[in-house]
Amino acid sequence: MTGRGPLLIGVLSVQGSFAEHVESITRLGARAREVRLPQHLEGLDGIVLPGGESTTLLKLIDAFDLRKPLQDVIAEGMPALGTCAGVIILAQRVSSHNMQTLGILDITVARNAFGRQSESFEEDLAFEGFDGPQFRGVFIRAPKIEACGNGVHVLSRLQDGTVAACRQLDVLATSFHPEFVEDLRVHQYFLAIASDRRNISNTCT
Amino acid sequence: MNSEGAAGSSGPFVAISPPSFAHTFASGGDLTYNTTMEKSTFRTKSGLAQSLKGGVIMDVVTPEQARIAEDAGACAVMALERVPADIRAAGGVARMADPTVITAIMETVSIPVMAKCRIGHFVEAQILEALGVDFVDESEVLTPADESFHVWKHDFRVPFVCGCRELGEALRRIAEGAAMVRTKGEAGTGNIVEAVRHMRTVQDGIRKVKGLPKEELVTEAKSLGASLQLLIDLHESGSLPVVNFAAGGVATPADAALMMQLGADGVFVGSGIFKSSNPGARAKAIVEAVTHYRDPEILARVSRNLGEAMPGIEIAAIPQQDLLASRGW
Repeated sequence: MTGRGPLLIGVLSVQGSFAEHVESITRLGARAREVRLPQHLEGLDGIVLPGGESTTLLKLIDAFDLRKPLQDVIAEGMPALGTCAGVIILAQRVSSHNMQTLGILDITVARNAFGRQSESFEEDLAFEGFDGPQFRGVFIRAPKIEACGNGVHVLSRLQDGTVAACRQLDVLATSFHPEFVEDLRVHQYFLAIASDRRNISNTCT
Repeated sequence: MNSEGAAGSSGPFVAISPPSFAHTFASGGDLTYNTTMEKSTFRTKSGLAQSLKGGVIMDVVTPEQARIAEDAGACAVMALERVPADIRAAGGVARMADPTVITAIMETVSIPVMAKCRIGHFVEAQILEALGVDFVDESEVLTPADESFHVWKHDFRVPFVCGCRELGEALRRIAEGAAMVRTKGEAGTGNIVEAVRHMRTVQDGIRKVKGLPKEELVTEAKSLGASLQLLIDLHESGSLPVVNFAAGGVATPADAALMMQLGADGVFVGSGIFKSSNPGARAKAIVEAVTHYRDPEILARVSRNLGEAMPGIEIAAIPQQDLLASRGW
């Protein structure tokens, strides 16, 4: 984790919108690596858990022994970004279904809590720290972040007050899909976290 | 031909409409919020298809089968009364499934549920939308209801997937509002050869359009029977504006990985799972094969001990009038 040069960000690529994340990351000048097996986690400056089907993602995480290595690298401080299904993977609690998530982020989520596909929507979001226009949030069969623990900082809310994005230490979660819009500010925000983390690691060694 | 603006956006990144600013003044002079919330945009429709990428969508006819599919890691299920192999065997007119079957499956699984309507049968599509299915497949596997026209899919809140054999057909369906396309293959045969042909033909078409000089695009649009605007977008972006899955004849993990290596974004498996001797194991193996489609060692491992695949049919042995792929225009 103490490399130089462009940041190297892993994108969990077992199923879902991983190619869109890879494209967003590389457009910002960082490098991206598709992660399908535990050895792909070595030497990363950050990890993205993309949108997809959370049940499918978790089954493939377990089928190829990624659970413990993912939990370990994030616990050791690797910055993580979860979007849509990725938020469910990161969450400590799922209120709507019995699911064995990675249990990292101190939040409670409910799956598909906005309704089935016909209820999927877009909404402009104010996002803490973003200059310029609001961020277009694309919510597709989205999970609802129902509750956040004390250490979780809310970054964005829907107009009805529902949490749309939050951060705990270097773990960032958005219940919408920043990988489906041209606006790269969420990825930029995540790369800034990863960059800070790498600088701290370099200073300490 | 005019293209629809909504479908005319390019690349994996669908163009963003300019941000709309939130404040409007109501007649009383109160400051009110324009919610700026929009449901069922083309982006939420094509975005669901993008979220299914790298995944396997499985045909199921009962809630029990749907649960087996979900447990195996399917990213969605297609709720049917009969799988294509049985539709082929039964003959006669194949229609939309009974809503009871579809609803029971929707109540059983948490993953997206798709269902099929007949080509051009917009009322079956309206019914499926009313049931709340997550995706409608306007499918040649059912008996077409219209010999000239497909459903105008922009009018629906629910997204649609449609079959295609070549680029022109894919772009016609996208112009009508399809948020996802798939190869037709030859459903219910357990024979991958037609899906391979259709995937290669679509990819060849894309490569050709990418390489054409601009002055040849209008004539290419004419010969493909496709929207010029979609063709211009394709020329610039180099890819379809929606995802393209493989379907029709996938029976083994190797078939699924073959289609992925040929450029499919994901795979539909129809009869291939529940017409095999060990559906649960085969379903899981196909899911894993689609994730690790470029890793032959993992493909070898997941292909072991799956029991008998579904019985296959040689395409040449099927009478011309019984070929499903030739349905649709």
